[in-house]
Amino acid sequence: MKPIIRVENVGKRYRIGTRQATYGTLRDTIAGTVRSSLARRRNGKPSSANTLWALKEVNFEVEPGEIIGIIGSNGAGKSTLLKLLSRVTAPTIGRIELYGRLGSLLEVGTGFHPELTGRENIYLNGAILGMKRAEIKRNFDDIVAFAEVERFIDTPVKHYSTGMYLRLAFAVAAQLEPEILLVDEVLAVGDANFQKKCMGKMGEVAKEGRTILFVSHNMTAINQLCPLTLMLSEGRVARFGNTPEVVAEYLKTGSERGGERTWENAPSAPGSARVRLHAVRIKSRGQVSAQVDIDQETSVEVEFWNHEPNIANLCVNIYVVDSVGNVVLSSANTPNANSTPDGWYEQTHERGLHRATCTLPANFLNEGRYYIDVYLVTLGPLQVEVSEPRVMAFDVFDTGVMREAGGGRHWAGVVRVRLPWQTKFVRPIDNEARTTQPSPG
Amino acid sequence: MHLSDTALPEANVTMNSMASAAQIRLPDKPQVTIQPGKAWGILDVKELWAYRELLYFLTWRDLKVRYKQTALGVAWVVMQPLMMTLIFTVFLGKLARVPSDGSPYPLFVFAGMLPWLFVSGSIIASGTSLVGNSNLITKVYFPRVLIPAAIVCGRLFDFVVSFVVFAGVMVYYHVGLTRSILMLPVLIVLTTILALSIGMWAAAVNVKFRDVAVALPVLVQLWMFTSPVVYPSSIVFSRNIGPVFRWLYSINPMVGIIDNFRAAILGNPFNWPALLSATVVTIVLFVYATYEFRRLETSFADMI
Repeated sequence: MKPIIRVENVGKRYRIGTRQATYGTLRDTIAGTVRSSLARRRNGKPSSANTLWALKEVNFEVEPGEIIGIIGSNGAGKSTLLKLLSRVTAPTIGRIELYGRLGSLLEVGTGFHPELTGRENIYLNGAILGMKRAEIKRNFDDIVAFAEVERFIDTPVKHYSTGMYLRLAFAVAAQLEPEILLVDEVLAVGDANFQKKCMGKMGEVAKEGRTILFVSHNMTAINQLCPLTLMLSEGRVARFGNTPEVVAEYLKTGSERGGERTWENAPSAPGSARVRLHAVRIKSRGQVSAQVDIDQETSVEVEFWNHEPNIANLCVNIYVVDSVGNVVLSSANTPNANSTPDGWYEQTHERGLHRATCTLPANFLNEGRYYIDVYLVTLGPLQVEVSEPRVMAFDVFDTGVMREAGGGRHWAGVVRVRLPWQTKFVRPIDNEARTTQPSPG
Repeated sequence: MHLSDTALPEANVTMNSMASAAQIRLPDKPQVTIQPGKAWGILDVKELWAYRELLYFLTWRDLKVRYKQTALGVAWVVMQPLMMTLIFTVFLGKLARVPSDGSPYPLFVFAGMLPWLFVSGSIIASGTSLVGNSNLITKVYFPRVLIPAAIVCGRLFDFVVSFVVFAGVMVYYHVGLTRSILMLPVLIVLTTILALSIGMWAAAVNVKFRDVAVALPVLVQLWMFTSPVVYPSSIVFSRNIGPVFRWLYSINPMVGIIDNFRAAILGNPFNWPALLSATVVTIVLFVYATYEFRRLETSFADMI
């Protein structure tokens, strides 16, 4: 069959200099130009040390109606690929042909303006996503019903709760009727109900015979939705084939080990201009370690730089994800989610380095490998500052006490909580039991 | 990025959404081809037409957001020209006795203020518009030129509102309209193209060099005093200033625009040579600005 997407020898090169210093002033550039032209005169060619190929020699074809999962570790080029497909940025070399209209759910709520009402944002966001006014009008009631915001439709969205905001944003994007749909980790935020809705919508779209490219770290979702998966590694297509095989290979390669990741170079650290990640650590027995004893408390430390004076409502979220991609738990430092309230969330904060520590109890996670996702979000209006899925991996292992108790077997279950058990004698087998039975005659 | 849409998006909307995979018929030619940037061609008119509704919504957002949660709301649009007219009338008209080509000075300065505030406001707001919309630019595709264009459209709306107030001032001074007013639409189109040209150039360059946003207000201030906003151009042209300075002065497109704007409204004779030079300069600026914009456009998302 004829492909609907054809990607031919596509490459994208970033100059690391321009990427790190996101913008320059005229003076820097003049100085830089002089310096590099001097260097060129000496070396004869521009140096390749300060360039980075985010994607290189990428070739693949997608047939209409196919649902393709895209996986790969952080920095493998997934986002760059989506940016090229959605025409946000141009490739350095190569060619992409699309034989249909392409819509993307890359960032729900893009272009939402906090001062505008829900109704106004529906029209604005629809237009930004490429919908016609008539199309939005026709779908307006569906959007409002899907988002469950009927009562607040004429309220500025800055007064919305995070959930309402997300539902509305997704509802607009879900009305797109493109032949090709790009979906990127929209499921990472929002409650279980919302995630279910999103997945349902994607299933519907898939049934209609549209082509979907789905980028996710959630291997369960990839397994459920996508018959085929493309795995990227260091900017190249590492594997493209049946999902179970590709996912198995991906899980084998694993994520970072060592229990600590630090970003010394601020501009290249993950984050926004306001908040940047500095370090993520797993600690057990007070030591940084990716090997965690099941009998010990485990703490997850998230260190981040705040560059905004008087930042408020900064919410630090972590997800603990198991090896198949199930989210075991999500937690945040917001007052209602925090069992040891410290007031940090409600206060405003100066510029500087902050550290949030979340302690997972001992005897809680079962044996196995787990991943940490870190999301830093400022609320009201919602803005994602840091989004780092699978930033860290750690293994929980058993000291042997419980293993012996279980007869050396692996205990079933995602969690292994020592629960209070009380087992008592109730009564003996005696004659009373017999006498209480109605006697014949 | 060279993009060729062989079909407008609406062609696909009518497609039966329940079509199964087998029923989808693919076009023979790709609808979109994504290639490395080709730094040529000016604006893609066909694509802009397909996105006309987005221009409308961006303009509407600009207006809506600008006056949300303000007590006076749209009254602020007319406050600026009114206050400036008042100040200039007191200090320049009454005290310094600046000539006004026979019209009442308040009317004269208000008539000059209208196109001037439209152009200067458009340019300064456009300059930071792309950077201010970085969340859109790094996430969704649409013709980027719509962002500064929406700013200019929003200011055009302000201009029209101010004009209504100006009509009231004309009635107060018993100044009637003449047939010259027929030139007004032509002048408004010319002014809009000028504002858009400089605005889009500034916006594009500001993505890489944030100096632009800092320098613009200063340059615009200087430009105001080298344009006949608060004084008539006749006080420059009537002096024996030599051909070079005279040429330099008339290369400023705002000379032709403001002079003829006043002529159209107040019924003075038109300054045709100045209008011709303003038109030529505006067209040159427009071609240059669109070329620069297209050239820089491909790297906005990587640099912003």
